[in-house]
Amino acid sequence: MKQEFTITVYAENHIGLLNRIAIMFSRRKINIESLNTSPSEVEGIHRFTIVINEVEDVVKKLIRQIEKQVEVLKAYYNNNDEIVWQELALYKVSTDKVIEDVKVERLLRQYGARAVVIRKDYTVFETSGHREEIDKLTEVLGGFGLIEFVRSARVAIINASKGFYEKLKEFEEEKPRTEIVENEFLDKQDEVFSM
Amino acid sequence: MSEAILSEKAKKSIKTKSEMTSVGKCAVGTEISGSQAVIEALFAEGVTDFFGYPGGAIMPIYDALYDYQDTINHILVRHEQGGIHAAQGYARTSGKVGVVFATSGPGATNLVTGLADAQIDSTPVVCITGQVFAHLLGTDAFQETDVINITTPITKWNYQVTDANEIPSVLAKAFYIAKSGRPGPVLIDITKNAQVQKFTYPGYKPCTHIRSYRPKPIVRKEYIQAAAELINKAERPFVLLGQGVILGNAENEFRAFIEKGGLPTAWTVLGLSALPTDHPLNVGMLGMHGNYGPNVLTNECDVLIAVGMRFDDRVTGRLDKYAKQAKIIHLDIDPAEIDKNVHATVPVWGDCKETLPLITSLLKNKQHENWLNKFKELRKQEEEVVITPELHPDGDMMTMGEVFNVLNDLTKGDAVIVTDVGQHQMVSCRYAKFTQSRSNVTSGGLGTMGFALPSAIGAKFGAPQRNVIAVIGDGGFQMTLQELGTIMQFNVDVKIIILNNHFLGMVRQWQQLFHDKRYSFVNITSPDFVALAKAYSIDGKSISKRENLRSALQEMLNHNGSYLLEIMVGKENNVFPMVPQGCGVAEIRLK
Repeated sequence: MKQEFTITVYAENHIGLLNRIAIMFSRRKINIESLNTSPSEVEGIHRFTIVINEVEDVVKKLIRQIEKQVEVLKAYYNNNDEIVWQELALYKVSTDKVIEDVKVERLLRQYGARAVVIRKDYTVFETSGHREEIDKLTEVLGGFGLIEFVRSARVAIINASKGFYEKLKEFEEEKPRTEIVENEFLDKQDEVFSM
Repeated sequence: MSEAILSEKAKKSIKTKSEMTSVGKCAVGTEISGSQAVIEALFAEGVTDFFGYPGGAIMPIYDALYDYQDTINHILVRHEQGGIHAAQGYARTSGKVGVVFATSGPGATNLVTGLADAQIDSTPVVCITGQVFAHLLGTDAFQETDVINITTPITKWNYQVTDANEIPSVLAKAFYIAKSGRPGPVLIDITKNAQVQKFTYPGYKPCTHIRSYRPKPIVRKEYIQAAAELINKAERPFVLLGQGVILGNAENEFRAFIEKGGLPTAWTVLGLSALPTDHPLNVGMLGMHGNYGPNVLTNECDVLIAVGMRFDDRVTGRLDKYAKQAKIIHLDIDPAEIDKNVHATVPVWGDCKETLPLITSLLKNKQHENWLNKFKELRKQEEEVVITPELHPDGDMMTMGEVFNVLNDLTKGDAVIVTDVGQHQMVSCRYAKFTQSRSNVTSGGLGTMGFALPSAIGAKFGAPQRNVIAVIGDGGFQMTLQELGTIMQFNVDVKIIILNNHFLGMVRQWQQLFHDKRYSFVNITSPDFVALAKAYSIDGKSISKRENLRSALQEMLNHNGSYLLEIMVGKENNVFPMVPQGCGVAEIRLK
């Protein structure tokens, strides 16, 4: 069954790599729901956060294909229970509306929105959270003359991750990594071994 | 430049031509151009022969090449596609990296088919393309094409150089990536300003490590043990031999492995020739037009051992009917291949040159006579229905199979056979005999018509001591026949056999079998091939009678230099057996 997966890719910050990664999805006709590129905890290493809806088996194979790319150091995939994630949204509303209608102010408080810019003609609010919360606020603000809305890509932290510093040391050594590529066989060793 | 990075040839050339300043070597610390650095890199990587076609945006590199003509052999092809196929043929027979030069725009886009072919068939190739000046990028300048983005999905790695200082290290990376791990094509696009830019030459240091790139996964002992355990217990083990064995130079290790375990072995189209045809454990070819036994018994074996192959759909047929009863051991250097198409019970990651001997050491000496006899029984059935009528036909018209039968006799299986794509390719794989590895050069994964003629040129430069015979259909030959000009100009000794059935035979066969004989645009008219060859000063002959076959082939083989032999074969012959599309391997049809 298709579900939401967040893919985290640690890679060199090289021109063209975004395309190399993006075409791995489009080749398989998989839509990227959200894509964020940013520096990572390690200087010089970039971090891609990609959200897709897919079945796990396909995601697993995709991860291996991504990791195979020369400039990719490591790729992970996680379901929503295994990560902490946030998206950021900006809303532009008419300042008059905010002053006139007490409901608007209440709404903004309720959703933890903060004013970023206040001008005579408009005010820009910012909020962050999960997709559903942002979507909800967008929906209700729609009734009060929402002038402009934009939402960022997802950024996510992997719960189980110990960071990339140690990994990088391993990568920089000129010997093969000891990393075990996960495989079902690992769970079934008892069936196969008898030596 | 330091001694350590001089190739043997370079050292010699320095001794004999010590007065030269630029030919052979540029001194470290001197001012040189980016173009000179490109040629220096080829030199340091031990490139002796390479292919290319000049043009506006790569002219500075060709200008630098002018001074290296006596040390590196550049072969001027007639079309960039011919250039890259030649580089592929070179890589396949020599085991070295094939190199091709092309200019920007159309020159570079003409490489695309060859890049896709090299990518899917894991062939080590380095392409160097010229590009417009960096300040013109994105302006729709004359002959500007976004080559990097066009070639991203069909290269193992690509990179655009805009500064000459990058050239030595980027080319070192290019060669390292192309040949290490699972090999593949690399494209380096160099803007014209970087080609003419002068910089202080730091020398050339081959690349041995890239932190984000692991060519080989680590070999895990428990998988080796588990694999050996499964094989030792197996009653009906079956080995599938892929190109990984050839790419890993592991032919001897592979033989030791199957001989100790007494393991019947079938091969993929690209694995062909890694195991001699007459080896007692060689049971034949896998896949759509493979042998009867290997296909049927895939679904009867208890342990399937795949070595350096990727379970292509032409090998497996319908996946849900493929070897469901078997435990599967998959040896591959590329972790992404494990579980991609067929789920592996035991994945053995690593270079098979390392993993095979480790497994072999744990194997019990065994023979599986009864099981091997099953292959032989099915072989008999296939011989009766398919092979004998193909090799010894009753009809007046010659068959493709009988051509190979006589050719085998004359070459003793020692020739390099280069094939194009289609019926003749499948017939060649089925019937050509091989005694040594790296002898079968063909476009497997991509199925590129027009591959054979140019890649035969490269194959000859890659294996100059060997007989190179290109076998091509009347359709495929007409796709790249311009390379006859290259053969003429460089006196390339390739023998060309055109198997002419006046049809695009494989498509016609499918139309006959699956489209009610509605022959839609498969009837192809050909020129007078012998006269065409003559126009290129290549001798040739055309035959249509069986009694002339042996003498004509002998005459071709004895001929000093290139030769074209056109052989008229039956128009509507089909290649059998055949696993129809959408069927399981065991549903293979003998007729």
